[in-house]
Amino acid sequence: MLQKKEAETARRDALDISGLSLAVSRSGTDVPLLAGVSVRVARGETVGLVGESGSGKSLTSRSALGMLPRGARTTGGVTVSGVDVLGADRRTLRELRRTRVSMIFQDPRASINPVRRVGDYLTEGLRARGVSSREAAERAPDLLDQVGIRDPRGALRRFPHEFSGGMLQRVMIAGALSTEPELLLADEPTTALDVTTQAEVVGLLKTMQEAHGTGMLFVTHDLDLAAAICDRIYVMYAGRIVEEATGASLFRSPAHPYTRALLEASPSVHGEKAVVKAIRGRPLALAEAPSGCSFRDRCPLAEESCAEGVPPYRAHGASTVACLRPEEVAP
Amino acid sequence: MTMARTFATRLGLRALGAAVTILLASLLVYGSLFLMPGDPVLALTGGRRLTPEQIEALRHAYGFDRSFAQGYLDWAGGVLHLDFGTSLTYQSDVGALITSRLDVSAPLIAYAASLALLFGLGLALLSAVKGGRVNRAMAVVASTATATPPFVSAIVLLAVFAVGLGWFPSTGAGDGGPADRLWHLTLPAIAMALVSFGVLSRVGHAAFTEELRREHVEVARSRGVGGAALITRHVVRNALAPLVTVIGVLLVSLFAGTAVVETAFGLDGVGSLLISSVSRRDFPVVQGIALIAVVLFVIVNTLVDLVLPLVDPRAAAGRKAAP
Repeated sequence: MLQKKEAETARRDALDISGLSLAVSRSGTDVPLLAGVSVRVARGETVGLVGESGSGKSLTSRSALGMLPRGARTTGGVTVSGVDVLGADRRTLRELRRTRVSMIFQDPRASINPVRRVGDYLTEGLRARGVSSREAAERAPDLLDQVGIRDPRGALRRFPHEFSGGMLQRVMIAGALSTEPELLLADEPTTALDVTTQAEVVGLLKTMQEAHGTGMLFVTHDLDLAAAICDRIYVMYAGRIVEEATGASLFRSPAHPYTRALLEASPSVHGEKAVVKAIRGRPLALAEAPSGCSFRDRCPLAEESCAEGVPPYRAHGASTVACLRPEEVAP
Repeated sequence: MTMARTFATRLGLRALGAAVTILLASLLVYGSLFLMPGDPVLALTGGRRLTPEQIEALRHAYGFDRSFAQGYLDWAGGVLHLDFGTSLTYQSDVGALITSRLDVSAPLIAYAASLALLFGLGLALLSAVKGGRVNRAMAVVASTATATPPFVSAIVLLAVFAVGLGWFPSTGAGDGGPADRLWHLTLPAIAMALVSFGVLSRVGHAAFTEELRREHVEVARSRGVGGAALITRHVVRNALAPLVTVIGVLLVSLFAGTAVVETAFGLDGVGSLLISSVSRRDFPVVQGIALIAVVLFVIVNTLVDLVLPLVDPRAAAGRKAAP
C-alpha cells in the first residue's frame, strides 16, 4: 500500500502547468497577462523559467502557490503534486503551501519580517503545519547549520537587520526547505545579492535541492545562469513560452530569435570579446504585444507571415519552439 | 556598546529632559496666576464690603502679597513634598482634594481609553483588511467622530440615550459598586472617546494598510500562514511602532477632555473640579491640576520613547550598520 503510494508520488510531476491563460480586469477592460503557458517540473528536476521583466515569469511561478492577482480569471490548469491549485479552496491552498510548495523570493531583506527574530521566521513554516514550538525550536539550529550559517544558536536569537543579504537569503532557503516541500519556486533568488554571494547561494540552492530531491522552478532573467544549473529551460516572452529546451542545447543552439537575442545580449566571460548586442525595442507585456508572433516587432527575421497568427509549437533540433522559421535562427 | 548600556544612557537623557520640561512648565503654571484676570480675594469674599485693612490681612493670609519669585519657590518647595497647598474655597488640602476626585476621573479615563483603543483599532483593522466599500464607510464614521467636539457629543448622547431612551443615567457617577459605576460612566466615556476613536481608526487604518502591503506579509502567506496569525504576527505587530506614539498623545488628551465631559454629565471628577476652581479663582487647585496634567504628559511621552525600541528592534540598533 505504502509502496504503491510512493510509486504514484514518484510518477506524478511536482508541478504541471498546462495551457494557463490569465487575464485581469482593469477599469472595465480585460488585460491578458498569460496566454497558453505550459510548464512542467518533475520531482528532483531543476527547470529554468527565463525572460525579461514583464514577461509573466513571476506570475507563472506564483500561480503554483495559487497566488494570483486580485480579480484574475484563468483558463487551463495548474497542478502541484496532484493537487489542482486553481480549483482549490482557501483551506486546501493553505495546506498546499504548508506542505508541498515553498517559494524563495528575490529580496530577502524585504521578505523576512524585520521586527521578528530569525528563529521565528525559520520555524514559522513548521509551526504553521502543526509542529510544536518546542520541536520546531529543536530543529532550527540544524536547519541553519545546513545552509552554512555559523553559530546557528546565536543566529536564531538575532534580528534580520543584523545579517547581510547573502546570509538572510540562506535563512530564507533554510526556511523554505524546512517543510520538506516537493516543489521549490525560486523567484530571482540571487538578483538582489552581490556577484560573489550569488554564486554561493546558487551553489547552496542546488546542493540542498539535490539532497532533498525537490523539484525546482528557477525563475531568472539571466539565461547564462539558468543554462548552468537547469536541466531544462523555458524561455518566456510577453506572457507566452516561446522555446523549451535542455539547458545545454539551448545555450549551444537557440531555436527562437528571442532566445538567440538574449544570449547575444549578455556579455560572455569566456572566448573572444564578442560584441554585446542589445535587443532593439523594449520588452512588451502580453497586452501590448502585436498580433501573431509577439516578438515580430523586434525580430530581425520577421516577415509578413509572422503576423498571421501565433506560431504553433514545433520541434526543431533539441528545442520545442514557437517560431515559423527556426532553421534561420540556428541552421 | 552593549544594549544595556545604551538603554541606561537613553533613560538618563530622557529623565533629564523630562525634569527640565516639568521645571519650565511649573513656572508657566504658577505664572498663570498673575495673568488671570480678577482678584482671588474679591472672588472669595463674594462682594462683601471689607475695609482695605481686612483685604490686606486676607492677602497676607493666603500669601498673595509675596513676590513672584518668593511665591513660586514656596509653592514649588511644597510640590516637591507633594504639598500642593490649600484650596481657597474648600479650605482643604489640594492634593487630597484631587486624589478624592480621581475616584471618578481615573475610571472614566480608563473606560474612554479602552473604548477608543478597542473600537478605533478594531475598525482600523477591519477597514484595512476589507478595503473598498467597508473602508469608505468607516472613513465617514471616523471623520464624523473626529469632527464632533465632546460638548456636542455629550449633549447628543444625553438627549438620545439618557432623556429619550432612558437607557443610561444623565448625571452622577453612581455609588452602587463597580457595575453601577460602569453604567453611569458609559455615556461620558463615549463622549470623551469619540474624537480619539476617530483619529485612531484613521491613523490605524493607514498603518495597517501599509504593513499589509509589505512583501514579508506576502511571503508569510506563501508559507501557508493565514487568518488571525498573519494579521497579529505580521501586520498588527509591525504597525505598533507608528501607533504607539499616537496612542500616547491621545491618552493624555483624554485627561484634558475630562473638563468638558465631567461638567456636562455632572460628575465630581478632576475635570469638573478644574472648571469650578477656575471660575472661583481657586488658584492652588488650578495650579495643582495643571501641573499634574503636565507631569502626566511628560511621563507618557517618556514611556512612549522608551517602549519604541522594544517594539521595533531596528530603532534600538540605531544607525549601527549590519555586520
